[in-house]
Amino acid sequence: MSVLVDENTKLLVQGITGAEGSFHTRQMVEYGTQVVAGVTPGKGGQTFEEIPVFDTVSAAVEGTGANTSVIFVPPPFAADAVMEAADAGVELIVCITEGIPVNDMVRAYEFLGSRNVRMIGPNCPGIISPGKCKIGIMPGFIHSEGRVGIISRSGTLTYEAVGQLGSVGLGQSTAIGIGGDPVIGTRFVDALGLFKDDDETDAVVMIGEIGGTAEEEAAAYIKAHYEKPVIGFIAGRTAPPGRRMGHAGAIVAGGKGTAEDKMAAMQDAGIHVCESPATIGATVQKALAA
Amino acid sequence: MKIHEFQGKELLRSYGVAVPDGKVATTAEQAQTIAADFGGRVVVKAQIHAGGRGKGGGVKVADDPQQAAQHASDILGMQLVTHQTGPEGQKVKQVLVERASDISRELYLGITLDRAQSRVVVMASQEGGVEIEEVAAKTPEKILRETVEPGLGLQPFQATRLAFGLGLEGKQVRAGAGLLMNLYKAFEGADCSIAEINPLVVTGDGHVLALDAKINFDDNALYRHKDLLELRDLDEEEPLEVEATSFDLNYIKLDGTIGCMVNGAGLAMATMDIIKLAGGSPANFLDVGGGASAETVENGFRILLSDPNVKAILINIFGGIVRCDRVAEGVIQARKNLQTDVPIVVRLAGTNADIAAKMLEESDMNFAVGDGLADAAEKVVAAAG
Repeated sequence: MSVLVDENTKLLVQGITGAEGSFHTRQMVEYGTQVVAGVTPGKGGQTFEEIPVFDTVSAAVEGTGANTSVIFVPPPFAADAVMEAADAGVELIVCITEGIPVNDMVRAYEFLGSRNVRMIGPNCPGIISPGKCKIGIMPGFIHSEGRVGIISRSGTLTYEAVGQLGSVGLGQSTAIGIGGDPVIGTRFVDALGLFKDDDETDAVVMIGEIGGTAEEEAAAYIKAHYEKPVIGFIAGRTAPPGRRMGHAGAIVAGGKGTAEDKMAAMQDAGIHVCESPATIGATVQKALAA
Repeated sequence: MKIHEFQGKELLRSYGVAVPDGKVATTAEQAQTIAADFGGRVVVKAQIHAGGRGKGGGVKVADDPQQAAQHASDILGMQLVTHQTGPEGQKVKQVLVERASDISRELYLGITLDRAQSRVVVMASQEGGVEIEEVAAKTPEKILRETVEPGLGLQPFQATRLAFGLGLEGKQVRAGAGLLMNLYKAFEGADCSIAEINPLVVTGDGHVLALDAKINFDDNALYRHKDLLELRDLDEEEPLEVEATSFDLNYIKLDGTIGCMVNGAGLAMATMDIIKLAGGSPANFLDVGGGASAETVENGFRILLSDPNVKAILINIFGGIVRCDRVAEGVIQARKNLQTDVPIVVRLAGTNADIAAKMLEESDMNFAVGDGLADAAEKVVAAAG
């Protein structure tokens, strides 16, 4: 009942001894995620809450069999951390860090392309398969097990959608925060493909925002390949052009990336588009009943 | 981060990109002296961050130093209105006085990230000097593109291909390709988000020159460019936005009447949207971030209330790591300290939302509590009148 992560995921935490890393490691362990290793250069051999800490990702992978890494490393070092994880042979990298220079991510993205690894993020809340595995910073308790997949560029707006699903009695198979940056490892199209093949996901919620053309690409993909109902919302209809709305990727520039264009493309693809962010839960319920 | 044209040209010059001779003046006298030093015709150009300066009357050609002084005196101090400034315009405080070029052709060059490919793309077009967005929309085939291999950078054959594509001839090809290589080095070296030259000109005697320069930097990379940080011009920015930055708040001023304070950029945009759907208009975007504390909330409040257009405030927090009771504490504290009677609607969900609701109820302050997004939006729109 999930994609990418489940009860078999063996997680290592890059930056486990930092303020963010240690706080969220405790939360993830409490949720039931198997955290098998931590990495902080120079602290190899120590333990954090009984979790062994290694100097390098490759040592952590060799020592524990970790197959997934979550990154809580400050922005100047985060792209390097991504490449280190990819080189060490993990299957999935979840990069939480916000504020990574674009040029660094362009190079890291290229590096990932030549290896068999998927990245989620950066600048994202992470990924959760409720009841099985939580990787990232989302509050676990708002989620419940179920059959709706979520893909979102935004963190708290995902929580909002999860909250609304909960209030109409719907749980999630997996919720993926793909991140608010211009260069990200997993796009809507990729995540949609994963949910398409998951027998235990009945419907998918995609939460986009202004900037870029990833939602339009997703709409074209859905039109051509999708049978499961997709429910969509685009944040930023009221945002003025040329202003970056918090996320580095959320900007209407050169007349491209407007909410209207995205919503029109989504409607054309048969996606149930929510005009209001308050109707996401109800729209999913309706789409599933139809 | 944006910078002025003259700063952009200085940066490009330091990377070996050919730009016209020019100097900055803040008075008509200075402009006259600069023009006299150059001799011959000069161009006087208003230095503000917005584009479209020529159409707004901010760019003028002078035949002699006296005329340069006259133009400078007309332009300096004016509220220059362009399609990018908004109706109130932007005050001009400095002009760039440049040796006029004998223009035979106007071309376009631009470097930016292509998000669809996650790679940098170099664009060139023979249709220079006009709105490139229009060219892209109407005749996309007139924009030539070269994708840059990450880590390797723009290759000489790519620059040469673009130079030929621009219709450059003879010695111009090498000059144009060299300029492109240097422009790319500047883009990468200074961590630009945009490096655009519109127009790139070919002069009557066959020189290739960057007649304009629009350079924006990647804010996330500025930590490694302390020298570029000094180019920031706070006068070009909204004062409330500058103040918000100092509290680590992400605030953008808009022209509506409902102030909003939200955690997370996506939810903040969605909150603005639902206010509009409920018939109101948002006064701002404000993301208090993932670590909203009582103090952040109070600072956010102060900023919201500094905007005289604000008639009501909506606080929308979905607590995850942020605990709603701490936010409630901040809201109650701020209301006490700031002594405001602006109506406030609070919507708290997630971690400790129930405790927070009780705190708000038990405080003797006047808050309206929103039950969900839609209800909160309706209440705040009604309160704003």
